[in-house]
Formats: sequence, C-alpha cells, structure tokens
Amino acid sequence: MRRFLYIVPLALFIALVIYFFVAMRGGYDPSTLPSAMIGKPVPTFDLPGPLVPPSYAGPRVKLGFSNRDLLGHVVLVNFFASWCIPCRVEHPVLMGLGPAADVPVVGIAYKDKSQDAVGFLNEYGNPYVAVAMDEGGRTGIDFGVYGVPETYLIDKHGIIRLRYVGPLTAEVVAREILPAVRTLQQSP
Amino acid sequence: MIIELGHFALILALPLALIQATVPLWGAERRHAGMMALGDLTALAQFALIALAFATLVNAYITSDFSVLNVAENSSSAKPLIYKISGVWGNHEGSMMLWVLILTLFGAAVAWFGDNLPAPLKARVLAVQAMIGAGFFLFILFTSDPFQRLADPPLEGNGLNPVLQDPGLAFHPPMLYLGYVGFAVAFAFAVAALIEGKVDAAWARWVRPWTLAAWCALTIGIAMGSWWAYYTLGWGGWWFWDPVENASFMPWLVGTALLHSAIVVEKRDALKGWTVLLAILTFSLSLIGTFLVRSGVLTSVHAFALDPRRGLFILVLLAVAIGGSLLLYAVRAPALAGGGLFAPISREGALVLNNVLLTTGAATVFIGTLYPLFLDAVGGPKLSVGYPFFDRTFVPIMVPLLLAVAVGPFLGWKRGDLRGALERLWIAFGLALALGAIALYLSQGGPILAVGGLMLAAWVGFGAITEWVGRTRLSWRRALHLPRAAHGMTLAHLGLAVTVAGIAASAWQVERIAVMHPGDNIAIGGYTLHLDRLSGLDTPSYHAERADIRVTAGDRAITVMHPEKRHYPLEQMTRGETAIRTTFLADLYLALGDDDGKGGATIRAYWKPLVPWIWIGAVFMALGGVLSLSDRRFRVGVARRAAPASAVTEAGE
Repeated sequence: MRRFLYIVPLALFIALVIYFFVAMRGGYDPSTLPSAMIGKPVPTFDLPGPLVPPSYAGPRVKLGFSNRDLLGHVVLVNFFASWCIPCRVEHPVLMGLGPAADVPVVGIAYKDKSQDAVGFLNEYGNPYVAVAMDEGGRTGIDFGVYGVPETYLIDKHGIIRLRYVGPLTAEVVAREILPAVRTLQQSP
Repeated sequence: MIIELGHFALILALPLALIQATVPLWGAERRHAGMMALGDLTALAQFALIALAFATLVNAYITSDFSVLNVAENSSSAKPLIYKISGVWGNHEGSMMLWVLILTLFGAAVAWFGDNLPAPLKARVLAVQAMIGAGFFLFILFTSDPFQRLADPPLEGNGLNPVLQDPGLAFHPPMLYLGYVGFAVAFAFAVAALIEGKVDAAWARWVRPWTLAAWCALTIGIAMGSWWAYYTLGWGGWWFWDPVENASFMPWLVGTALLHSAIVVEKRDALKGWTVLLAILTFSLSLIGTFLVRSGVLTSVHAFALDPRRGLFILVLLAVAIGGSLLLYAVRAPALAGGGLFAPISREGALVLNNVLLTTGAATVFIGTLYPLFLDAVGGPKLSVGYPFFDRTFVPIMVPLLLAVAVGPFLGWKRGDLRGALERLWIAFGLALALGAIALYLSQGGPILAVGGLMLAAWVGFGAITEWVGRTRLSWRRALHLPRAAHGMTLAHLGLAVTVAGIAASAWQVERIAVMHPGDNIAIGGYTLHLDRLSGLDTPSYHAERADIRVTAGDRAITVMHPEKRHYPLEQMTRGETAIRTTFLADLYLALGDDDGKGGATIRAYWKPLVPWIWIGAVFMALGGVLSLSDRRFRVGVARRAAPASAVTEAGE
C-alpha cells in the first residue's frame, strides 16, 4: 500500500503528458482553437457601455450594444482588456485597420473595470465603432472566450463565422481575416 | 565568420554532454576514479564552449550584424547598447541560449567547487546535469538555431519589441532562468541520490545552498516582472495570474517548500522521500513552465515561440526528464527510510504543514492555469479562470500558512510546546490586533479583507522580530554568534510580512482620471497636481508626448513629474511611460493618455499606499536567502564537517 503512494506522482504525470500530447497532435494551435460556436448565432447579450468621465472630450463612439445591433453588417467582435498585455501588442493592428479594411470593429472589454478600459483606449487610441463592458465576463463565457484578446467574425445574419485566439497580427489580418470579410460581404 | 565559430562551439558541446551523461555514471557504478573524474573536465569544457557560443551571439547583436537572421529579426542599430545586449534573450532562440549558458555554468560550478562531494555522488550529479544539457542542445540545434545566416542581409533590423525595451524586463529573464536552472542542480542531486539509494544529512547540506541560490534568483526575477508590470501597464496592477506569471510562481512555491523540507532532512534525517520528490517537482514545474510558455499551448505576450514542432520537442524532453525521474522515484524512494520520528506539534510538524500548504497552493495555481485546457479536452464548456478563482482558492490556503509562519520557529524539534510558543507571541498578537483596530478605524467602511491582510502581515512580522529578539536578547555578541542562516530566516519571514502588508494595503488606493489642459490642477492623496505643459520629444528610437506635472502639498513644492506616451515608428507600437514618485510608504503614480485634440490630455493619477512594500519585501526575502547562503555550514570545504551544534545553533534553524 505504502509503495503504491510512491507511484502516484508518476501516474499523474503520465496522464498529464498523454493529455498534452493528444492536445498537440490534434494540431493544437491556440489561435485556431475550434470553436463550438462557429456556424451558430451570436449569443444573446445586451451590454452597457463604459462610464465615460463627464470631462471626456475625445471622438464619440457608441457606448454599449446588444447582439441585435450586430445584425445586417459583417462585423468583427474583439474581446480585449486593459489588464491584458497581448492586447497591447494587438492594438496597433486594430488601429491600423482603418477605412480601407471596410469592416467595423466593435470592442467588448472583458472582465475589466470601466475606468481602466476607458483609460486604456484613451492612452492607446480607440479602434472600435462601439464599446461595451463585460465586467463579469458572462458574455465572454457565452462566446467561449478562452483568454483575451480574442476576435470573432460575424456575418450579416449574426452567425459566427471565424474565431481568432490571441493577438491579431498584420499578417493574419491580411491573410485570413480580410479575405473572409470580403467573401461574407459579397454573399447575400 | 565569428558567428559560425559560435555555432560550431554549440555543436561541439553536444557530444561532450553525451559523454558526460554516460561515462561518469558508469564509472560511479564501477567505482572507477578516472571515469568519474572525466565529468569534471567535460562540465568545464561545456561551459567554456557555450560561453563562447553565447559571446559570439552577443557580439553579433552589439555590432548589429544583420546578416544573422536572429539579429535582423530582433534588433536594430538605433537601439541603446543595453537593449542590444538584452535583445539577445528577448527572443526565443537567444533565450534558449541563455538557458543553456546558465545550465552549463551551474554544471561547471558543481565540478569546480564540488571537491568535497563524495566522488560517485558528484559523478552522478554531473551526469544527470549533462542529460538535461544534451536535451536542450538538441532542442536548440534542431528547432531554434540562433546562428542562421541570411543570404540577403537587410540594412536595418526589425527592432526589439518596445515592451521589452525596459530595464526591468531586460534583466527579468536572466534572473528567472537563474532560478529555473538553479533548481536543475537540486533535481540532479535528487536523481543522483535515487540512483545511489542514499539520502542523508550531508546530501541535504549540499542541496540546500543550490536551492537557496536558485530560490533567491527566482524571487528577484518574479519581483522584477511584477514591478515591471506595475510601472508599465499604466494603472499600476502588479499581478495578473497570467499563465506566464503562474509558470514562474509554481516553481517558487514548491521551491520554497523544498527549502524548508531540506532543513528537516539535514537536522532530523526525516522526510527524505518527500524532499527528493519536491526537488524533482520544483524543476519539473520549471520545465513545464518553459513548455507552457514556448509551445503555444497558452498564449501570452511572453510566448515567443508558437511553433508546434518546438512544443512537441519540449514535450518529449519533459516526458523523458520528468517521467524518467518519477519512475526512478517510484522504484527507489520507498527504500529511503526516514530516521527521526516526531510529534505533530513540533518544528518538523510545522515544516510539514508549511510544505503541505505551499504545495497545495502550487497545485491550485497549476489547476487554475491548466483547467481551461482540461475542460477543452473533455469537450466541456469553455471557461476562463481569472482573479476570482485564484482569490477564492489560493488566498485562503495562504492564510493558515501565514498564521503558522510566526509560530513554527518557536517550536522545538521532535516535540514542541504550542502553548508555550503562543504565550511568547502574545506581544505580536496584541500589536497585530492594535494595528487592525487602527486600520479599521481609519478606513471606515473600507475593504474589510485588507484590514485582515494587514493584521496577518503584522502577526508574521512581529512574530519574526519576537523570535529574533528572544534568540539574540538584543545583544550584539549573541547575535554575532548565531548562525547566519538564523538571521536569514528572520529577514526572509520579515520580508514575507512586508510583502503581505503591501498586497493588503493596495486595496486602499485612490484614483483620479481627468482630461487636463495646461494650467489645470487636480487633487489626490493630499497632493495637488498642476499640469504645466504638454510637449513633444524626439529620440532615435521613439517619439514621445510628455507632460510636465508639478506636484505640491499645501504650499510646499514636492517635485515635477513627467509621464510620457512613446510611439515607436519602426515597430509601429505605442507604449506609456508612467511617472512614479515614491515615499516608500505610498506611491504617487501618473500616466499620460490620449490628447483631446484641443491642447489637453487625459491624465490618470493614482495614490497607492504601501505598494512599494510588495517588492521591498521580495528583496528582503532574497537577502534573507543570501544571508543564509553565506552561513559557514554551506561554505566550500565545510559541507561534510558538521558544525558543532551548540544549543543556540540548534534553536536557530
């Protein structure tokens, strides 16, 4: 019995390695995490916008939105947070999307405080046409967000078409996101 | 040409490592002195070769040799020298080179300073060390070669990620690696002991200094990373339970447990199997940390390598190293009979409690870090684990630990007197209560948990001081005669108290966010901030917007602070540069945000009480470790001569 105890660490470790191995052999690449949500409608949500200090004088954006607001356009939903370092890496890419990309990006601040999210956007610039607060992370869970940043491509009918985990890079945007956007924009 | 020399040196180190991994091991089995001694030679030669290889890479960075792919991708000629050098390990390939540099350095140190180790033990330790080395050399050569040339060298490199262009982050990875890799020595000792089938006090005395040194480096490394996050991120957060942070925190927790349980092996000849397991686990967690960060299983900004081939290689390395050592453990550890028996209430008992709580803490962090992946594997709902999970699981585990830290040192070996210990702590208890009452009064309606945290900190801190006063009776003579390890313990426990106080008090921070125009002022934490000027500033690597903010308290001028926002054109990134003024009791923290297009800008100001204590405490802990490390018992040449144990020394451990 006592001997058995000494085998426990090994057994646990073997289970862990098998798991890691299966995960990686399954082409495990976190940026293309298959999402059960692909092909399904955007989960229902109605999130408030961040509280903007009354003294705020920057450009206006829509504060708060719901899943119904996403209907009718091809749109990118970007989950971000002020506390998330990779979001800072991704941010210039979103800022660089610009009018030429011709796709609106809406931002959902995930598990973030209002003033922090506003501070983040004030400091680094705001790439979003609309910003909403998901303070409790409930909507993020409904979307299946694993970690921030995460980006979802939604078609005109409000169906999730693509999911990207981790910071977007200029290359990913040019190679994967924008072609998908174009295809969806042309389909009825 | 020079870089090829480095490449060649790295290739040459591989067969040396393979020789060192086999011949001395065999020699130890056959008691062949010559074969065992070969390990010393190869360990020193390996270090020389890797040092040469690393030096050629550093040279390529300093001279901005963009014909080297790695340099072209990660450096630029316009960077200050320090960031050219730190750029070497600011990328995946270079950081792996740093890893093996430190690994071979430790190997050479064992060979050089290990004259008084029993020859077979030393030979086996070096062999295990070389196995790890060989694995990493293969990894670098096949998947992460930093020595590749470019046919068409560009005129300018891609530059270093601006996030990494910072003194805090420049030295954060080397410190972490010193810690991770230092635990490799403890691991090698553990595996060697399993092969030998013998763990005794002398073994523990050999393992402790290495573990201590690694632990000190890791403590400082983690503190630096957290401090960096604090001053970079623009609102002063300092710990995020980010997978990469967790990857360094888990070995720290288990390493702390190892430090304490090794004392029991050394003093009481008990807990042997457990200590060996901790040594294996500590390094395993360091390796798993590397795997998590490098394989892309978890995404993070620190994760340089998102190449699945690398991940697979590390996974195999992991399976062999950890699986092999645990297999050996399963077979050999039951034979490591413990000697000393002890009652539950005793110094040993307290250290066991410390171990149980620390490893449970590490296990929760482990689960919290990997849980989302597990759920994903079984097809369960996706969940994200953040602050709430760690706040609710990890923190409650640390509360009994903090309560026990003050009591443990008062208990005697074998059988302790809990009542007696508590009676001696009544002053500390009273002081903690008084402090709690004052904090409660001052922060009426404030966060109640923070008051509790502060009381715990006071309990630990005053407990450590009480114990020290009791032992030295405030006489210099007595203090000087105490072993330094005893003072080290006091300092480290005091550091823990200081850190806990800093963490608890961070709940009382005050913040003000406002759009300010030159001439405006706002008040925060007893200060008035006057925005005097907003201006631009150009340097070779970035363009900055800068605010001149005058700080006054009443009529008194305090200082002028300059928060900046920097734009790096080459890397297309923007980064805030916060301005912090510390009084060591509180920080005034300013960050500059976007301008409003009308000559004003968003200013975020925070007043953060006791926050610097978080890192001051970590420095205390590391200094405590260094002080213990300088203890006579650990010094070269004394390891096997057990110091005559006076009553004072015994009580001091």
